[in-house]
Amino acid sequence: MEWLKMIKVENLVKRFGEVAAVDDVSFEVDAGEIFAFLGPNGAGKTTTIKMLTTLLKPTGGAIEIDGLDPAKQSYEVRKRFGIVFQDPSLDQELTALENMDLHGVLYHVPRKVRHERTEMLLKLFELWERRNAYVKEFSGGMKRRLEIARGFLHTPKILFLDEPTLGLDPQSRNQLWTHVKNLNETEGVTVFLTTHYMDEAERVADRLAVIDHGKIVAQGSPDELKQQTQTDSLEGAFLALTGSTIRDEKGSSADQMRQIAKMWRR
Amino acid sequence: MVVASLGQPLLYLLVLGFGFGPVFQKAGNGSYLQFVAPGVIGMSVLFTSVFSGIGLLWDRQFGFLKETLVAPVPRITVMIGKTLGGATVATIQGLLVLIICLIAGFRPVSWATLPIALVFMILTAIVFAGLGMAIGSTLQDMQGFQLIMNFVVMPIYFLSGALFPLTGLPSVLSFLTRIDPLSYGIDGLRSVLLGASQFEPALSLAVLGGVSLLFLALGGYSFSKIQL
Repeated sequence: MEWLKMIKVENLVKRFGEVAAVDDVSFEVDAGEIFAFLGPNGAGKTTTIKMLTTLLKPTGGAIEIDGLDPAKQSYEVRKRFGIVFQDPSLDQELTALENMDLHGVLYHVPRKVRHERTEMLLKLFELWERRNAYVKEFSGGMKRRLEIARGFLHTPKILFLDEPTLGLDPQSRNQLWTHVKNLNETEGVTVFLTTHYMDEAERVADRLAVIDHGKIVAQGSPDELKQQTQTDSLEGAFLALTGSTIRDEKGSSADQMRQIAKMWRR
Repeated sequence: MVVASLGQPLLYLLVLGFGFGPVFQKAGNGSYLQFVAPGVIGMSVLFTSVFSGIGLLWDRQFGFLKETLVAPVPRITVMIGKTLGGATVATIQGLLVLIICLIAGFRPVSWATLPIALVFMILTAIVFAGLGMAIGSTLQDMQGFQLIMNFVVMPIYFLSGALFPLTGLPSVLSFLTRIDPLSYGIDGLRSVLLGASQFEPALSLAVLGGVSLLFLALGGYSFSKIQL
């Protein structure tokens, strides 16, 4: 039996001038699957997500989201997904509750459901006590938790998570992945995620693809990738596929946070 | 924020209103405070409405724009909502400046014309909030902001006749004042508040209405093309 494809990408290209950020990328994600998209900094992960979520128009190739073309049917496509961005996207001048409510209104979540789910999610991510505080007063970790809670407010067909655990403590990361797994199993939500933590990808993903310099260098289950590279961990497989040279990248705030985190871990 | 941004109009009103008053009166043009008050109201509406649109830059910089662009809401709806929101704040600001003008000694020819003055303020606010949205949708970073300020917003203000009468100008300047939409907003305000104007009030209303539709369409188009 052929699985229903929730995401189909064929020969996708995105050029910024002379630079090909995404270069002839093809992959498919089945409905109900958790798919991890891994790659070093500047590999093309976020650019791919931006094209999948209608924020960027591809230079070439084809995308189908639940059978729809994001370039031509962007409004219909947007109804089908939810997203947690890599970079901050909260309104700093609103409270946590107001940010949640605004998101619920934008995604047409009925008022009663909106209030119930907001309470449940803010409690889950331990923000309920600070629900009436302005986001600009939150710590980095609290803002991240609120972004994630907001992303889960409506139940989409596809959930895009672009480095969702960046800047989160282990407890919050655990809560996040438990909730993602639960959503996937109970609601059948398809999950497309990027992360730099290989243990997380191995824990939650059914399949994964590794992208480097804008090209897919490997695809398969975590075990298949380990077998293919003759390594005993996903991190080993990742390094074998992408090399161990540190990549230069234009420093977004998220990247700077990542670099600082790396320095402190040393 | 609304109160904080009253500083500039207040400065213009008091410094120019009372500073140029004697010279203006000697030239036989009556009270400069009476003349400049609609100009200061127009300035307040112009700056607040344009900056509300350019405020998209902040949404872009701080990431909130992404949240609205991926939501299942037609972009034109988001754009119109933002424009009308900005226009509302600008109109309220214009009303506050009108109250300050009244406190400073400005007197309209008839209190009954105030609702029509409000219509002029609303239309002017929509025109420039739409223009601000069109500009804000195309600006990528804060570096373009100063450029827009110096080469778009300030010329619009100084060419509108806010500070000087539109009669007896050199032909080039006269032409420029006539293609400046703010001229019609301020002249419309003068017509209803002072009973004296350069253009017919109906013409001013028609120009403002037409330009507001044009800028809404332009803003909507630019907003629909945003890529992040």
